Amino acid sequence: MDTTKQTETTGSRSFSGNKGYILKAENLRAFYGAFLAVKDVNLDIKPKSITAIIGPSGCGKSTLIRCFNRMHEVTHGARISGKVLLDGEDIYTPGIDPVSIRTRIGMVFQKPNPFPTMSVLENVVAGRRLTSVLSKRTEMEEIAEKFLRQAALWDEVKDKLKQSGASLSGGQQQRLCIARALAVEPEVILMDEPCSALDPIATLKIEDLMRGLAKDYTIVIVTHNMQQAGRVSDMTAFMMMGDDRAGGLIEFGRTDQIFTNPKDKRTEDYITGRFG
Amino acid sequence: MPRQDFEHHLQTLQEELLALGSLVEEAISRSTDALINRNLNLARQVITGDRAINQKRYDIEEMCVQLIATQQPMARDLRVIVAVLNMIVDLERIGDHAEGNAKIAIMIGDEPPLKPYIDVPRMAEKTKEMLRAALDAFVKRDAAAAKRVIDQDDIVDNLYDQVFRELLTYMAADPQTINRATRLIWVAHNLERSADRVTNICERTIFVITGKVEEEGVSKY
Repeated sequence: MDTTKQTETTGSRSFSGNKGYILKAENLRAFYGAFLAVKDVNLDIKPKSITAIIGPSGCGKSTLIRCFNRMHEVTHGARISGKVLLDGEDIYTPGIDPVSIRTRIGMVFQKPNPFPTMSVLENVVAGRRLTSVLSKRTEMEEIAEKFLRQAALWDEVKDKLKQSGASLSGGQQQRLCIARALAVEPEVILMDEPCSALDPIATLKIEDLMRGLAKDYTIVIVTHNMQQAGRVSDMTAFMMMGDDRAGGLIEFGRTDQIFTNPKDKRTEDYITGRFG
Repeated sequence: MPRQDFEHHLQTLQEELLALGSLVEEAISRSTDALINRNLNLARQVITGDRAINQKRYDIEEMCVQLIATQQPMARDLRVIVAVLNMIVDLERIGDHAEGNAKIAIMIGDEPPLKPYIDVPRMAEKTKEMLRAALDAFVKRDAAAAKRVIDQDDIVDNLYDQVFRELLTYMAADPQTINRATRLIWVAHNLERSADRVTNICERTIFVITGKVEEEGVSKY
């Protein structure tokens, strides 16, 4: 039985499409070997919105989003049951190439991880080159500029395109990673604590960037920072570990409602700092 | 327990709100006594005492702002602080109404009373009773009790009607009474508005509990 409290069905924006969601988890369970890490998650992610996943450490937040682009199965012994639908199609259908899924559902990680031996420009187009042939230098430069602009980094690096990506500041490196993820032109971007290694100014820049990107992309962010979830997201999902140590979705609703008037006492206790 | 320091601050905030409520209740009592007993010294004390009410309101407001800025309150904690921010405005205004009545007591001075004061003291007593019950409902987080207080506003409205009708009769019968009668209507009106503001306080208590801001009862005035 799905006991998640879904308090609102729509976020603060209007959404196109008949389904009303772009990504959907149905009875999703994630295992590491015999260990059940995430259980029975049912969640609809609206297109062109930001959904934040919050919860105490070890509640399965990162595991859950890694299921959304088949990164979970990369870990030895990890598997899932249930479904993850992207545009109505189960991404776990046998025969579907996980790499093709990851081009449609990109990911940005906690620690900025530009390829250290590549220049800024090469970093941006690195993913793109895996999926298409970029023969001309000008073509690469155009793509790099387009996505560096989208990542709000162009003005800061336009004179450093040939420098190593690792020479940038932490916040710039993270935006470079976002530009790299965008350059593949995914439909969904998963962000696993993208600001936890950044200072407050760099964090706010990334948050501004996310709000801008949400006009064109669907973003799912895992964050430990509840104020960040409150600032950037349209919808918030609260997860918690149960007595069986499996993480579950406790409440899912509009962010303003979750942070001012949560329906579940466990959500209330967590966001008011009474536990966790 | 986690957030002990924050809990302590919330408790202090609530105690300060109750202290403000006590000052306001006292202002209602003393302004009414000053009027009935033609005690001009007492009336002046109410006017001076309003500064303490205003100051307490600003102190509480500052506490709320500091808690929001430093503690990032969420959910019910946030609603409590927002409710207190609204309640102190209503309490301060009730204090202003009491101060207004003290000023009217001074204006009336030692003019002979138009009639024995019966309904005005009743209005003052009822308003004070509502105020005490409203703050008690807030402390106990009791929405049903807050709603019962809101319902009592009709009693004060009816007393106001009664005062108004009666004084109108006096004015119609003898134009010489218009000055004194009009001042008493102001007094009754101030008390009626005070009771209305108590209902606002109750609505904020209900907001703390339910998360919804709604006008619970439509006042006649």
